[in-house]
Amino acid sequence: MSAVATYVRLAWAWTRALAQYPASLAMLTAAQAVATVGELAALVFLFGHAGRLGGFGLHEALLVYGLAGLAFTLADLLMGSVERLGEHIRTGAFDVMLVRPVPALLQVAVEEFSPRRLGKVVPCAAALGWALAALPAEWTPLRAAAVPVLVASGTVICCSVWVIGACLQFVALDAREAANAVTYGGQAMAQYPLAVYGRDVARAATYVVPLAFVSWQPALYLLERPDPLGMPEWLRFAPPAVAALLALVAAAVWRAGLRRYRSTGS
Amino acid sequence: MEAVIEAEGLGKDYTVAEGPLPRRRRRRVSAVRDVSFRVAPGEVVGYLGPNGAGKSTTLKMLIGILAPSAGRVRVAGLEPVRARTRLARRIGVVFGQRTTLWWDLPLRDSLALTRHLYRVPRADHARRLAELTEVLELGPFLATPVRQLSLGQRMRGDLAAALLHAPEVLVLDEPTIGLDVVSKTAIREFLLRLNAERGTTILLTTHDLGDVQRLCRRVMVIDGGRLAFDGGLAGLHAVAPSPRTLVVDLAAPAAPIAVAGARTVRVEGPRQWLELNGNPARVIAQVAADHEVADITLREPDIEEVVHRIYAGR
Ligand SMILES: Nc1ncnc2c1ncn2[C@@H]1O[C@H](COP(=O)(O)OP(=O)(O)O)[C@@H](O)[C@H]1O
Ligand SMILES: [Mg+2]
Repeated sequence: MSAVATYVRLAWAWTRALAQYPASLAMLTAAQAVATVGELAALVFLFGHAGRLGGFGLHEALLVYGLAGLAFTLADLLMGSVERLGEHIRTGAFDVMLVRPVPALLQVAVEEFSPRRLGKVVPCAAALGWALAALPAEWTPLRAAAVPVLVASGTVICCSVWVIGACLQFVALDAREAANAVTYGGQAMAQYPLAVYGRDVARAATYVVPLAFVSWQPALYLLERPDPLGMPEWLRFAPPAVAALLALVAAAVWRAGLRRYRSTGS
Repeated sequence: MEAVIEAEGLGKDYTVAEGPLPRRRRRRVSAVRDVSFRVAPGEVVGYLGPNGAGKSTTLKMLIGILAPSAGRVRVAGLEPVRARTRLARRIGVVFGQRTTLWWDLPLRDSLALTRHLYRVPRADHARRLAELTEVLELGPFLATPVRQLSLGQRMRGDLAAALLHAPEVLVLDEPTIGLDVVSKTAIREFLLRLNAERGTTILLTTHDLGDVQRLCRRVMVIDGGRLAFDGGLAGLHAVAPSPRTLVVDLAAPAAPIAVAGARTVRVEGPRQWLELNGNPARVIAQVAADHEVADITLREPDIEEVVHRIYAGR
């Protein structure tokens, strides 16, 4: 709990620093929102013309987009800064974090926290709301309760992938680009129904970088649809377990990275 | 007495990769080798050595940033790497070359955040902040964002941040680097007072013999990763007598100056270097009387010279 309080305290301090330039903050937030709305418009336009893609209609695709987008943008809001680990190591700022009595991962995650990232969260949440309102399946209490659980699981999965990617920078300070290919590339992919990409990609997204549990499997669960790629049915119940497991892996990788951390000269 | 800092056979190797990627070779560099020492509570110890000697590496092992490759270290009874965050509450750390303050926040906000990170009770924080604000004269720039502070102001802010949780041990890596004389003096006097009034143990690395002369009764000299000297400041002068140098700029080039109490060691056009072994005031007066002088500066010996002399004396 005290870690959460510390996070909020630091995030608030960064927010206040940014709020000294309210016009700039508002503009950056708006720019992020516009970019996301543009992406959404492209999706609507695509399905408006093609009707169905890979057996999925507009509302179903919106559901996938909303789940993926919301999880990714929340993860970006909360932990997006971890991708700058290498920079902190190079400048020695990471050494400073290590001598404070607060977990270093928390400090890296909250560094330069910016509410402008909410500009991406809100349109994604709206898309998800729209898709859920149009959901053909019947609403049961279980299904209603599942929505926040699935979003939380997706967020944890994204955060974990991000942390693991950032830990590459303990080994090679310039590994950011390589990690970004997986994190941002994965995000772009997970925003569309996996059926579009075919079996091999879907397998990789299930068993290697498990982004299928962020949007695809949760969507199949909420839509009560059989998996068009023929993967096991039980996978759609796995997101919370995958999230917990991946978080443990990320924590272990982070600790291993810290153990081999060698600071910087000077 | 029980030691607050204890190092035994401490060593650190770095593996550095060299050369272009396909044929990159790995080489081990021993930055610190077999270093042992104990520091008792209340001591002020100077940790000296030339650039690249292994000072920062040693400190990083003491504060838990780096795991030693060999040997053992304990600070305040804790094993630093294992108990890093617990140790952080009991020690203060200042890096001269980087700040622990938040760049974009006013100094006051940075110090307030520190209170939360270290979970200092509100009343204790208020009392210590008032004290530190007075002694370090932070008042005029408490509301200024850290990025707009001068180096000397920032360093005073950093000292306050490192001391708000009243640590038993203060570790400083080059705290006076790049500072002007006035700021240097202010920081030295502050550290002396801290040590005298609170009994805070202080370990500092420096390049500046002035720091050492003002602050440290004990010095440790490290060179090439090995401890070359550990003892009183007087002992250091005995093994490595390091005279001060008088740099004299004459109005015109002249023959080497001959004066009692100094020996001319170098002549370059109108500039001459005199190694002092007598009273500087008398020497300066004599030189000024004998020659037409444009400028005279008194230079303290630097650490490189002292270390060089330790080796030459062996
Ligand atoms: N992170 C690092 N990686 C590789 N070599 C390093 C690193 N840090 C320091 N070194 C090397 O170790 C030696 C000691 O460095 P350091 O402890 O920073 O010396 P000092 O603080 O006395 O100037 C130097 O040769 C330096 O190049
Ligand atoms: Mg150093």
